[in-house]
Amino acid sequence: MASAPAGAASLGRRRPRPTLTAGILDREAPLGYILLLPALVILGIFLAYPFAFGIWLALSDSTIGNTGNFIGLANFQYLFAHDPIFLRTVTNTFEYTFVTVVIKFGLGLAMAAVLNVNFRFNRFARAAMLLPWIIPTVLSTLAWLWMFDSTFSVFNWTLKQVGIKGPIWLGQGSWAMASLMLVNIWRGTPFFGISLLAAMQTVPQDLYEAAAVDGATSFRRWLHVTVPMIRPVILIVTLLSIILTFADFQIIWILTKGGPVNSTHVFATYAFQTGVQGAGDIGIGAAISLVMFPFLCLVIAVVLWLLRRE
Amino acid sequence: MASPAGVTRAVAEIKPRARPRRPAHAILTVTGTAGFLIFTLFPFYWMVVTAFKSDAEIYDLSKNPYLITSFTLQHFVNLFTTTNFPRWLLNSVIVSVISTVASVVLSILAGYSLARLRYRGAGAIGWGIFITYLIPPTLLFLPLTAVMANLGLLNKIWGLILSYPTFLIPFCTWLLMGYFKGIPRELEESAIVDGCTRLQAMYRVVLPLALPGILSAGIFAFTLSWNEYIYALVFISDSATKTLPIGVPSELIRGDAFFWGELMAGALLGSVPVAVLYSFFVQHFVSGLTAGAVKG
Repeated sequence: MASAPAGAASLGRRRPRPTLTAGILDREAPLGYILLLPALVILGIFLAYPFAFGIWLALSDSTIGNTGNFIGLANFQYLFAHDPIFLRTVTNTFEYTFVTVVIKFGLGLAMAAVLNVNFRFNRFARAAMLLPWIIPTVLSTLAWLWMFDSTFSVFNWTLKQVGIKGPIWLGQGSWAMASLMLVNIWRGTPFFGISLLAAMQTVPQDLYEAAAVDGATSFRRWLHVTVPMIRPVILIVTLLSIILTFADFQIIWILTKGGPVNSTHVFATYAFQTGVQGAGDIGIGAAISLVMFPFLCLVIAVVLWLLRRE
Repeated sequence: MASPAGVTRAVAEIKPRARPRRPAHAILTVTGTAGFLIFTLFPFYWMVVTAFKSDAEIYDLSKNPYLITSFTLQHFVNLFTTTNFPRWLLNSVIVSVISTVASVVLSILAGYSLARLRYRGAGAIGWGIFITYLIPPTLLFLPLTAVMANLGLLNKIWGLILSYPTFLIPFCTWLLMGYFKGIPRELEESAIVDGCTRLQAMYRVVLPLALPGILSAGIFAFTLSWNEYIYALVFISDSATKTLPIGVPSELIRGDAFFWGELMAGALLGSVPVAVLYSFFVQHFVSGLTAGAVKG
């Protein structure tokens, strides 16, 4: 077929000569930058610039509506040396994060294990258990606020029926922190549960069969097959949860606003109280927010390292 | 690593596989499920019970609070007639829909660019966007407030519509990049050989195949906007400009007076849209949250 190459060549020639714009849009590099541009402009104006501006604010004595002067590290010095509420905030945040992430992880594993079993209403159970995670946190936390009410708490009503006098949930030192943790655990467990469930579903069935043939009990199959196979998801989900919990605001702000007497502040609520309310010390508030950054960087670095390695 | 599309399929077809064989195992499963259901659903039960009973009953400690003896819709009526609730609902819808649509469109363009086109810096920008996804809004709200004030966007719906993409775009872009990477390059290249321009190939070949991912991104973005709290709390103080999550707590709690019936009615109504959305798309949920991050 001698005419075939000629035919192919003429087919090639028949393609319309590209105009200038079409030419640019058909080359990968210019098109790539053009498509990326709108997103980068938005992120630049409303994310990167505020972030840089936040660093400047943290180094200034600005108040709301009043751009202040550069004062170096004075805000940080004040916070760490002269502000006991801030120091309490630091320990609170780490305590809140550590305790809830550990419990959410444990409960999440149990939830995933339970949901992985075949039973009637399984679909309903999965959807129901996801609710705390998807419903607006502020609104569900209002329900908790009502359940923790100092006079009408349903928990205390119930305890009273069996002769126990319940605590003032949000008004007594360590009960307040414990209540916040409970709500955070309630909200965050489904994220672990459903994510781990999805990961468990991707484990090849024949691995379990092979393990069963080798005589492994169901617990040993779980420990030696499931856990190693879903390890990447476990790590990522845990790290994401650490970030989310560490930077939490809504649950604490709705329930205690950092009280009683500033004993339950975390970074975000204390930054809000300092920077927006009262005198509106936006410089000190920005400094409080920024103290979160090194720890977040550390967690993010671990996430990136894990993702690259996988 | 499995492609995100593969993970979605796996999740969409979630079929619990282990069957309880021994009675002890079955009992453990049943009690475990029941325990988790009570724990997760109780606050919603509490919302419903409070929203539908009269004030007289809510504040009567001698009555069993778990039950409703005097059913009433009065709290819902109050919500719509004596508060700005309809306005907050409308604002929430406007903000969520516009910021979601805009973010998904920009993320499709950016995600396609980063996942499919080869140019200098694409890899670094991709990771940069992933890192911004991990930066929480609580780190940025104070300087962003100052920026919004300078732009004259405080107390305006547009302030929210423009700021929500800062957390929606990184998330959606990262999620969509995973989906785009999962689509074979050959499909697109053969469309180009057949005479499509690259944009036509993207529009006619890649986007239809990535539709499940685009849908997930949209649902997530909508939920994240619908639930957003801190930016709205700081930027908006006019009652008529508030969104639902800030309107309900700020105006139904007045000093020491809590309007619990109305609060729970408002919480219930604000929860229904996302609950309905997820009852249809629950299978996409997880793939979205983890697939983009884990399998990207």
